[in-house]
Amino acid sequence: MFTIFGVPSAVLFGQLLIGLINGSFYALLSLGLAVIFGMLNIINFAHGAQYMMGAFAAYLLLQITGLGYWPALIVVPIIVGIVGVIIERVFLQWLYKLDHLYGLLLTFGLALIIEGVARNYFGSAGLPYSLPDSLVGGQNLGFMFLPNYRAWVIGVSLVICFGTWFAIERTRLGAYLRAATENPTLVRAFGINVPRMITLTYGFGVALAAFAGVMAAPIYNVSPQMGSELIIVVFAVVVIGGMGSILGAILTGFGLGIVEGLTKVFFPEASNTVIFVIMAIVLLVRPAGLFGRRA
Amino acid sequence: MERVVDPLAQKRSLPAGNAGTIAFIVMVAALVMAPFFTYPLFIMQAMCFALFALAFNLLIGYVGLLSFGHALYFGWASYVAAYAAKAWGFPPEAAILAGTATGAALGIVAGSLAIRRQGIYFSMITLALAQMMYFVALRAKFTGGEDGIQGVPRGHLFGLFDLNNQMTMYVLVLVIFLGGFLFINRIIHSPFGEVLKAIRENETRAISLGYKTDRYKLMAFVLSATLAGLAGATKALVVQIASLTDVYWPMSGEVVLMSLVGGLGTIFGPIVGSFIILAMQYKLSSLGEWVLVIQGVIFVTCVLVFRRGIVGELANKLRIRGL
Repeated sequence: MFTIFGVPSAVLFGQLLIGLINGSFYALLSLGLAVIFGMLNIINFAHGAQYMMGAFAAYLLLQITGLGYWPALIVVPIIVGIVGVIIERVFLQWLYKLDHLYGLLLTFGLALIIEGVARNYFGSAGLPYSLPDSLVGGQNLGFMFLPNYRAWVIGVSLVICFGTWFAIERTRLGAYLRAATENPTLVRAFGINVPRMITLTYGFGVALAAFAGVMAAPIYNVSPQMGSELIIVVFAVVVIGGMGSILGAILTGFGLGIVEGLTKVFFPEASNTVIFVIMAIVLLVRPAGLFGRRA
Repeated sequence: MERVVDPLAQKRSLPAGNAGTIAFIVMVAALVMAPFFTYPLFIMQAMCFALFALAFNLLIGYVGLLSFGHALYFGWASYVAAYAAKAWGFPPEAAILAGTATGAALGIVAGSLAIRRQGIYFSMITLALAQMMYFVALRAKFTGGEDGIQGVPRGHLFGLFDLNNQMTMYVLVLVIFLGGFLFINRIIHSPFGEVLKAIRENETRAISLGYKTDRYKLMAFVLSATLAGLAGATKALVVQIASLTDVYWPMSGEVVLMSLVGGLGTIFGPIVGSFIILAMQYKLSSLGEWVLVIQGVIFVTCVLVFRRGIVGELANKLRIRGL
């Protein structure tokens, strides 16, 4: 045990770890927001609610069918992703020709509906979701204790984030996607079904949020308001990073998680607000965001 | 900059016109009679929210800026007014002034940050800044945390009128509301307001015509925040409580909903919307969390089939301008 700036190393690394965990969720969610925005030109306010849906779906799956964490990690994103596809077909597809703001208002309404329904059936208190047996326990690294589950969350988030980045920036499908973002009419002329691609993109973004929700369930309690608080922070993350770059969204997400963790150690009063303060500073010195193109 | 709402308001900008004048007279008459027929406290609250929604609508309807953090000015003004009246013993007029000034000051800071980005980012920034100040309110000692500031004294207006008398208070709120309404109307129909509308329609062109659009946007933002502050400060004296509800994000969503239901970019829409939403909350309070679901459904319905809002649709159908 040693100290850094008068702080015991275990505390420091512990908070850094929590920061990385939070950062994983920021990265996953802002990534989903960026992907959806790129394709649909809609800021998905319901993203937080869909993340919460993921956590609740995992909880219900366990209660009703007895399916545990591992199956949930696969099944839940598919189910919630399908819900996303339905939402896109029923609601969002009518908005593409309108101002961006209507997309924000509509998805805000959807978020209220989802959160309201969850509160009615589950109350505002959190519900516990236990760790998968195979990830109970942890490693003693000498300078800190690393719980297995947390290591797993960080690792998987990194894999998913970079997998998404790879898929969008380095594959043929991703190339279609990027092309359709730039000029949908031309891409359609090449015989690619752009509307279906848009639908599936939204489904994928929503599935990503649900996946994050399943991963969050054992760490945070499963509660109806878990999404709405988080999504506002993620908005700030998106403003800081800019939505123009997938890699930018990932880096900003993890980076801000770490900064937040460090703030908890050195200046705990500001830990809730530090991301917003950083956002204000970034707006002052680099209005377009760290990775953004000037809008 | 994209175009926002309501093609109606673009067609002409006549100073309220005949229909507007008639609607105004009907509204004043209704508000004067209302306390004899229904709960004065409810109407007073509704007028505060209506002023709040009018202030919000000034930005979205006439500059095309969707602020998703207007609870910040409303809620903080209400805290400051409540604290000034209770802890410092300010008379009501000074307490309201202090709250309004708080709204203005916060508007200058948040506005100058938020107008640095456009469109959807603007909305996210205003929301994030409001959330930040929510956490500050949650932590700060003077706000009383979860309890809020309770038992705010209404005091004597100018040392003369006892505001504990419900009718005297009603008159004060009515005067503030109508004053705010006329002031906003004046802004909208002034040359300044015309520039705002030009920015809404085509910011690039407004810039090329030599307007410093950032200054106009900031000015509009500060005016909106100030009036939202006035509404919040007045509400603190009306209900004699300032609490976290008023600075939290659902409140920002509620004022959007009120304006949307009534009609974004219409003059009377936000008033109609706030009375409807508030009445709905009173009537449906027994339903608990379902109110949230109902609000969500209204949002979705409005955006999909009812974008002009009640007043907008009505005016469009009857071909009336200036509502």
